Amino acid sequence: MKKIHNNRAWWLVLPVFLLVAFSALIPLMTVVNYSVQDIFGPGQTFFVGTEWFKGVLGDERLQDSLIRQFMFSGAVLLIQIPFGIGVALMMPKSGIKGSLCLILIAIPLLIPWNVVGTIWQVFARGDIGLFGWGLNELGFDYNYTGNTVDAWLTVLLMDVWHWTPLVALLCYSGLRAIPEAFYQAAEIDRASKWAVFRYIQLPRLKSVLIIAVLLRFMDSFMIYTEPFVLTGGGPGSSTTFLSQTLTTMAIKQFDLGRASAFSLIYFLIVLVISWLFFTAITQDDKEQ
Amino acid sequence: MAEIQLKSLAHSYSETPGGPEDYAIRHLNHVWHEGGAYALLGPSGCGKSTMLNIISGLVQPSEGEVLFDGKRVNELSPRDRNIAQVFQFPVVYDSMTVFDNLAFPLKNNKIPKSRIKARVQEIAEVLEIEDKLYKKAKNLTADEKQKVSMGRGLVREDVSAILFDEPLTVIDPQLKWKLRRKLKQIHEQFEITMVYVTHDQLEASTFADKIAVMYGGQIVQFGTPTELFEQPNHTFVGYFIGSPGMNLVEVERSAAGVRFRSTQVDLAPWQVELLKRLKSKNIKIGIRPEFIELSPTASDDTYEAEILDMEDLGTYKIITVQLDQQEMKVRMNEEFEGAIGSRTYLSFPQQWLKLYVDEFLVQEQQ
Repeated sequence: MKKIHNNRAWWLVLPVFLLVAFSALIPLMTVVNYSVQDIFGPGQTFFVGTEWFKGVLGDERLQDSLIRQFMFSGAVLLIQIPFGIGVALMMPKSGIKGSLCLILIAIPLLIPWNVVGTIWQVFARGDIGLFGWGLNELGFDYNYTGNTVDAWLTVLLMDVWHWTPLVALLCYSGLRAIPEAFYQAAEIDRASKWAVFRYIQLPRLKSVLIIAVLLRFMDSFMIYTEPFVLTGGGPGSSTTFLSQTLTTMAIKQFDLGRASAFSLIYFLIVLVISWLFFTAITQDDKEQ
Repeated sequence: MAEIQLKSLAHSYSETPGGPEDYAIRHLNHVWHEGGAYALLGPSGCGKSTMLNIISGLVQPSEGEVLFDGKRVNELSPRDRNIAQVFQFPVVYDSMTVFDNLAFPLKNNKIPKSRIKARVQEIAEVLEIEDKLYKKAKNLTADEKQKVSMGRGLVREDVSAILFDEPLTVIDPQLKWKLRRKLKQIHEQFEITMVYVTHDQLEASTFADKIAVMYGGQIVQFGTPTELFEQPNHTFVGYFIGSPGMNLVEVERSAAGVRFRSTQVDLAPWQVELLKRLKSKNIKIGIRPEFIELSPTASDDTYEAEILDMEDLGTYKIITVQLDQQEMKVRMNEEFEGAIGSRTYLSFPQQWLKLYVDEFLVQEQQ
């Protein structure tokens, strides 16, 4: 057969290129556009170079909220990943009980985010919320609207409630994919429960855990709705995370230049950390 | 090390077994003596693996008892039975190195580090994987993985027995032979009871001193390879052992022996005597292809037959003959001359002519 040599096949990439352009590149470029200009109105734009970026990086309010954001994401990962694995390990392996467990566990994932915030706002209230009232009745001085530690704990607890099921479901599917022969061999080799977990289950959960950690990191790093509804970022600015700070800047203050510059930095942080993380975990596979 | 005894064992995978067809193992009694090298031979699905898993404790038998040195172990888990088992498909712990894989059962038994190192080294040398000890198990080839898998079974010194469940299935023929020799050597060296499951008679006879042939959930014969060949206890053993298997012909009683269609076959007097006492109508005679004699000329005790086919297998020939509409295989040496379609004369040496009633061999009573 005669081979045809030309570059017309590239046209086949066009639909994807257009799709990505409109869904990602063009919006991103408008942000880039805003981040290097000062815009007063139509026709009144001034190129300012890196001025916004410098300003944003020196902004203490942003720095504080960035630190809070890292603390929050770190805490989320430290709690939800082990807890999710634990839940998955305890779930029944099959049958009606297994299905029932799956449904029960998946329920928090189905609730809209602002509703999650509302649920916990009511649930944690000292006067009418079961959780807050209960804690107060037990003698704890709990008040999430006034106390920074209480507010943090409540936000974390809400996120754990909302998102641990995702980790658990991912791990559950990973555990079910381990062939029975491995457990049999381990039983014959007289492995302890811990050894079975450490050398059989955990290594085979690796791929789902990469997904779980990445998803939980990205989502928690961009968290907005739930703490906004629950605490509104307070008390003070103690639970004001990055996206809320950014929204305030962009929409309330209408500071589009700084907000755009900051959006780009925000985007880069998520990208770089996810990349670092993924590389670090998968590096291990390449070793002989 | 231990003697393993199975007492009226039966197992069904169904919760509510109905008839005998629901049972993978049916009322089986057997003893594996301490320190022996045994093969468990049988076709796929005859219950071999089930029996092995019952011995190791991975499967709980529905009925009957498993005894180690006379003590009931039904309720003990595999870890408490202290038994090693190698599975058909390699199971390696991929996140560990080969060394750690081999050391794993020893570490679980809290054996001192120095001893672990020496022992792992020893087994790695026997299996010829010592150059791969520090490689990750995940990067091994299929047969290296199976060696590691076998190594984990062999590494423990104090086990009651080592069970092999068709361990060489994934290994290529050249290496298969070598590994089988190795296992045999290991057995001679350490004298651990070994039970080797296989569906390959050659594998069974090269590895084991005694072979148990399993059929339909029962052990139909337990004996040396020679016994299985010369005195098949059951028609299945006759058919399954040997290549080709035993010629089995359905027959009816007659005055001096048995007959099929118009052919009369004389039996030894004691066989005739015994046959008279048995009621069953399910009678067969069997003779191995190796023991049938062919000659170009007729004599008193020969039967005329036609040569249907000849296969030359290099070192011997398999002749298919037809005697009174009954096909039979005969194994002859390379020198045999004959043409397809021509006449030939068969004789059945009486000592090799076996009589089966209800599928079981009728034996002379001492």
